[in-house]
Order: sequence, then structure tokens, then C-alpha cells
Amino acid sequence: MTDIDIEGAALLAVPRRIDWKPYLAGAGIGVLSWVVFAVVANPIGITTAMSQAAGGATAVVAGNDVVAGNAYWKIHPFKLDYGMLFLVGTFLGALASALAAGTFRVETIPGGWRERFGDSVPKRMAAAFAGGVLVMYGARMAGGCTSGNGISQGLQLAVVGWTFLAVMFPVGIATALLLFRRPA
Amino acid sequence: MNPVTGTPALFLAILFGAAFGALLHRGRVTDYDTILGQFRLRDYTVVKVMLTAIVVGGIGVFALVQLGFAKYHVRDANMLATILGAAIFGVGMVLYGYCPGTGLAAIGTGSVHALVGAVGMIAGAILYAFTFEVVRDTILPVGRLGKATLSDVSGLPTIALLFGLVVVAVGVVYEIETRERRA
Repeated sequence: MTDIDIEGAALLAVPRRIDWKPYLAGAGIGVLSWVVFAVVANPIGITTAMSQAAGGATAVVAGNDVVAGNAYWKIHPFKLDYGMLFLVGTFLGALASALAAGTFRVETIPGGWRERFGDSVPKRMAAAFAGGVLVMYGARMAGGCTSGNGISQGLQLAVVGWTFLAVMFPVGIATALLLFRRPA
Repeated sequence: MNPVTGTPALFLAILFGAAFGALLHRGRVTDYDTILGQFRLRDYTVVKVMLTAIVVGGIGVFALVQLGFAKYHVRDANMLATILGAAIFGVGMVLYGYCPGTGLAAIGTGSVHALVGAVGMIAGAILYAFTFEVVRDTILPVGRLGKATLSDVSGLPTIALLFGLVVVAVGVVYEIETRERRA
């Protein structure tokens, strides 16, 4: 018996390694939740602050009066607060992580989209834009997004969080099934 | 324990946000194909990340609340609005390929279509603000449960529900890993 044979046998006997990365990242987000609940009393969330940013953008384009008179922006006025800077941090953290890992690359059309819908950049951008509109409109109506509602409300066992997850995933799966079904 | 406020909190916002963005990237959920892979039931990364975050976060935050170091921040459950909104969100997330948090993080990893979708998100927020009064008067009042938790509606103690969640999560993860090994 040579060393190579033993190694070969061991390779067959050892089960496929579990990829721990998603679990570690998830656990990290869980621990980050402990920290934000205890230190700043401000659960992780994205879309409330994005609504405030949208109010700021609207004020620049349409004037302060339009925003001041709006019933929604009266509840969520534009100000550079914790939530808005959290968004800046989210972008910066992913940028730093991608640069450090060497995975930063400019992507206009992702692989799975290209396989199904081809090389048209306007087509992909139109879908991304429309998807962005729906995602934000839905999140505001539902009371939060995957982060603010799914994770932050979900971990508190809030009805709103689990209702969101229970509806969002099946609808998304059905949409993907329709969208990615090859035309006959 | 009093929460940190004012200018120190603004620095912490960038720090905690950066940790969140880096974790999303390391968990690979800043990748369009990972997200779409979940909705096409080919890649269970999104479920792994979210379920682990909810379980680990849920147990820790429960402990912090019990010890008096944190308070719960439960939001209103307006059932019709949550169901309709989540359905719109599900369609949008598949078209966009990201949710709001992973979309912002994906811009940082170089995704141009994530940036275009983020402009769409701003447009969606503006659309919501301008239709808010109609939504508030017609949809939000239907099925209003207040700041309800699963404990409130089931009558079971939170700790029992958390224990159940752990059992279910372990079962789901075991099933996913077993299937992936067979594939």
C-alpha cells in the first residue's frame, strides 16, 4: 500500500464538506442583531431610511413644499440620521469586503439572466428598475423588507415578520418559475 | 441600559452598516445568481443565511431582553397590507434579483444593475409616498393586529416558540445538507 492509495480511499470515505460560509454569515448577522438591539436600540432595516432619502430627492426636484405636504414624509422626514448612515455603511462594507476578497467586478448582466434572456443590457436594466420599484413599494406597504421585516421582526417572533416571509417566498418562487420557464 | 444616541450613534451606524454589508457579501447573497438560485430552488444559500440569522439573533435578543439589556421593537401587523406588500415584494425581488439590503451591498461589489434597481427603489418609495393616503385609508386598516407576536396569537411562551424554531431550523438545515450531498 502506498500513501496515494490511502489518500484515495480516504477521499471516497469522507463525505462532501459542508460549506459553512452561509451559516457563518447568518450567525454574524444574528450577533450583529444582538449588538444593535442592545447598543443603539435600532434593529437592522433598510427601507424606512430609503423612503427618507426618496423624500430628500423629491425635495430637490419638486421643492420642499411638495414633501412637507405629503402625509407619508410627515411621518418619515428627511434627515441624515442613524438609518440613513447605516445604508451608507452597508454599501461601504460590501465594497471593502469585495475588494479584500478580490471578487469586485463590474457586472451589467448576471449569468443566470443572460442564460434565459440574452445579452440585451436595456432589457436587464429595465427589469432591475421595475423590480426595484416593486420591491420598495411592497416593502413600505408590508412594513419592512427582507432585513427589517424578515430578519429583525422574524427574530422577535413578530406576526408581521413571519407573515411577510410566508407570503414573499412562495410568491417569489412562483414568479421565478414563470419567468424562467423556457418558451415552448 | 440606555441606548447610544447623538453623534456617537451616527458613527456606529456606519460601523454596523459596514459589518452588515460585509456579512452579506461573505454569505454570497450580494450575488444575483445566489438569490435567483433560491427562488428557483437550486441554491439554498439565502435560506441558510436568513434562518441562521433569525435563530442566532432570536435567542440572543431574547436573552438580552430577559436580562434587561435590550427592548423588543415589534412592529404593527396590518395583515392585508403585509400580505399584499409581501406579494408585490416577492415579484419585485425576482425581477430585481436582490432585496433592498443585498441590492445596496451588491452595488459595492460592482453590480451596475443593482444600482439601476436602487434608482427604481427610490422611485418606488416616491410612488408609495404619493399613494400613501389611499393605502392608509383602504388597505392598512384591514386585519390590524397591533404589535402582535407569535406568542400573543398562540398563547405559548416565547421561549417555547424559540425552542420550536430551533428544532424546525435544525431539521430544515439537515434536510438541505442531505439533499445537497446526494446531488
